[in-house]
Amino acid sequence: MKERVVLDLSKLPLHGLGPASVTWWGTLGFMLIEGTGFALVIAVYLYLMSLAPVWPLNAQPPDVLAGTLMTVVLAASVIPNIMLSRWAEHQDLRKVRIGMVVMSALGIVPLIIRVFEFAALNVKWDTNAYGSVVWTLLGLHTTHIVTDLIDTLVLTALMFSRHGDNLRRYGDVQDNAMYWNFVVAAWLPIYGCIYWLARI
Amino acid sequence: MTDTIAHAQILDTELERPRLTGQLAETWKTESGLWGALSTVDHKIIGRRYITTAFVFLLLGGVLAILMRLQLAGPEQRLIGPDRYNQIFTIHGANMMFLFAVPVMEAMGVYLVPLMVGTRNIAFPRLNAFSYWMFLAGGLVLWISFALDMGPDVGWFAYVPLSGPQYAPGKRADIWAQMITFTEVAALAVAVEIVVTVFKQRAPGMSLDRIPLFVWAMLVTSFVVIMAMPAIMVASTSLILDRLVGTHFFNPAEGGDVLLWQHLFWFFGHPEVYIIFIPAVGMVSTLVATFSRRPVYGYLALVVALIGTGILAFGLWVHHMFTTGLPRLGESFFTAPSMAIAIPSGVQIFCWIATLWEGRPVFKTPLLFVIGFIVTFVIGGLTGVMVASVPFDTQVHDTYFVVAHFHYVLIGGAVFPLLGAVYYWFPKFTGRMMSERLGRWAFGLIFIGFHATFFPMHILGLEGMPRRVYTYQPDLPWHGLNLFASASAVVLAAGFLVFFIDVVMSARSGNLAGDNPWDAPTLEWATSSPPPAYNFAHMPVVSGAHPLWEQPGALNVADGLHTDRREVLVTAITTAAPQARESSPQNSIWPLLTAIATSIMLIWSIFSPWAVVWGSIPIAITLIGWFWPKGTPEDEA
Repeated sequence: MKERVVLDLSKLPLHGLGPASVTWWGTLGFMLIEGTGFALVIAVYLYLMSLAPVWPLNAQPPDVLAGTLMTVVLAASVIPNIMLSRWAEHQDLRKVRIGMVVMSALGIVPLIIRVFEFAALNVKWDTNAYGSVVWTLLGLHTTHIVTDLIDTLVLTALMFSRHGDNLRRYGDVQDNAMYWNFVVAAWLPIYGCIYWLARI
Repeated sequence: MTDTIAHAQILDTELERPRLTGQLAETWKTESGLWGALSTVDHKIIGRRYITTAFVFLLLGGVLAILMRLQLAGPEQRLIGPDRYNQIFTIHGANMMFLFAVPVMEAMGVYLVPLMVGTRNIAFPRLNAFSYWMFLAGGLVLWISFALDMGPDVGWFAYVPLSGPQYAPGKRADIWAQMITFTEVAALAVAVEIVVTVFKQRAPGMSLDRIPLFVWAMLVTSFVVIMAMPAIMVASTSLILDRLVGTHFFNPAEGGDVLLWQHLFWFFGHPEVYIIFIPAVGMVSTLVATFSRRPVYGYLALVVALIGTGILAFGLWVHHMFTTGLPRLGESFFTAPSMAIAIPSGVQIFCWIATLWEGRPVFKTPLLFVIGFIVTFVIGGLTGVMVASVPFDTQVHDTYFVVAHFHYVLIGGAVFPLLGAVYYWFPKFTGRMMSERLGRWAFGLIFIGFHATFFPMHILGLEGMPRRVYTYQPDLPWHGLNLFASASAVVLAAGFLVFFIDVVMSARSGNLAGDNPWDAPTLEWATSSPPPAYNFAHMPVVSGAHPLWEQPGALNVADGLHTDRREVLVTAITTAAPQARESSPQNSIWPLLTAIATSIMLIWSIFSPWAVVWGSIPIAITLIGWFWPKGTPEDEA
């Protein structure tokens, strides 16, 4: 086959950020998968609720304090998270390093609160179907916090290594920040479901 | 780990042709030997491996089918006992759906999509390697458990309460549920890879209206996978939780509900049918165009039909539950999309007929399978419209009528196009042609054997023969047709045997194919057969939907990529205008290690919930090994 060169690519950047990056789209893809998972477990909650004569089944509604505190912390964490993403866009290594440390801490705090949330559910997973679904909802969200935290810790270590100051790593920081926003956004309907639907 | 960080330095514009291809081959190569085989991330090697493994599972599942037909050939046979028979039909179904049909379609995408869109590797090639290992491990879990007489025996849809803790003691149902996890992780990974490859790695100029129809089909399929498969993972996970830690999702005594299982399963299970079918129609559109010697008629209508099918696929699940006593209005609501989905299928069939009508059809083996598909699928589609009607469905539910119907749509609708596609793309995979003579024999035997085996099952179903019975009494009027179906199954099996013989013989000594033996129009035929590790020496640039027909013998290309790092081109999602030169990861053993760690955790978790805690630590370690930069040019920007 005879080839005819009609286009020169040699001026293109060696890595794209945001929508020009494949990892950005891959992260979106996994957010869609996991978002579907969250939506389905919430659907299971609503389905079981629609069948039950009383809701919650044989249990007090969860105490709202820990969950509300969680919501406040998560919502507040979005602000440094967005700032971190901006710093990464500007490739400001020093600020990105500070931001990563802050976000690592903000990944650990919710895990501590989460322990109290499980205790505040007032039901065990094996008490009845209501207990099963609230534990699953909370557990599923917890796995997301844990995985994002591990990801953030590793990336923080990476930003302090000689591999840190690189366009590709700044892209990773942005994608990681986007994923944290997703973890926070996914929490809001779960929070409403666990704490407030049980009080209607 | 190296101490220095390497950067890409050499541009392809600086190299003459032989040095260019030599350098690219070095950069993109897979080492020979075991290490190379275990660590490769070449989409072609993984795709070929995926396809081959899936066909091995087809063969194994086919053996189970033959065993069932032998058992049912006469009344009161004693070849297989009821317990073994339960395992056999469960594993036959689960194997064919989860280890053959879905993986083989995705695997065709893994091999072909990057070539058809003109890029050098699939997006996330290491994830691709991981996906294959997870798929293989899931298959081994199912078949090894069967060999140990602990194969699942609860049917391929594992309804509760039969599969729940009360009625399914032991670990058989858990094996089923965890096999689901393995294969769904594998399938979801490939789905994301394909979506991103199609969105971001298309050749410059390949705007949305120039994407090959098979690529469109794989894109739609991938979205259906992404939206549907979480449902089965939620379902199988809650089943394991019910069985392992005493949750009550499906236990009515504690506020759970058994129909919840059916909703979750079929919210996945019906789209699953289209996950298998949509790639198949993409193959058909491709084959019809090439062998009619003209562009396919109604490109836009075909794309809209693919997307419409993908959307409607989510509105049908309740038609599997018409006999569960749901509200009448709800059932009517789901009858509507069940019938409406015949419309996009009809649109496609008319477009293909129009293409053949207006073209100059060349009746090679691939086109024969397409014709066989159209005939068979129309019959399966008609019985599908029949069972979409609630009163009729109530009559034939759980009978052999349903068995006949879904084999018509699955084998007729997906396996026939797949076999045609194998004949069509085999030259690209191997560099050699398959035998036209054996191909015609294979088609004839499979087509006749299939219809003779499965058509009588419609009648058996109308006569009341239920599914999943290991035998029947001599005074029931089912003997003759069962014997006929069993004898015909031997013909069908002989057809597949001829096909497999043809594959093996042609791979060794078939005629050399050349780059483009069918004079086909899409980009995978613009490179050698089999393609080099780097797929294309220069990135193709397209200005139409049929680049090789619009400019015979010539290809517009772009240059300016590096040759000393694995580099692909990222383009804009709609216009496919170039955006960046992006690196593509090197080979790595870490995906295999991650898959091993994940497999250990998943199998362990059948026995103890603590596996999820302790088993996750090795997974985290292997993932860090996977992603930590190694100082190669690919790790830098």
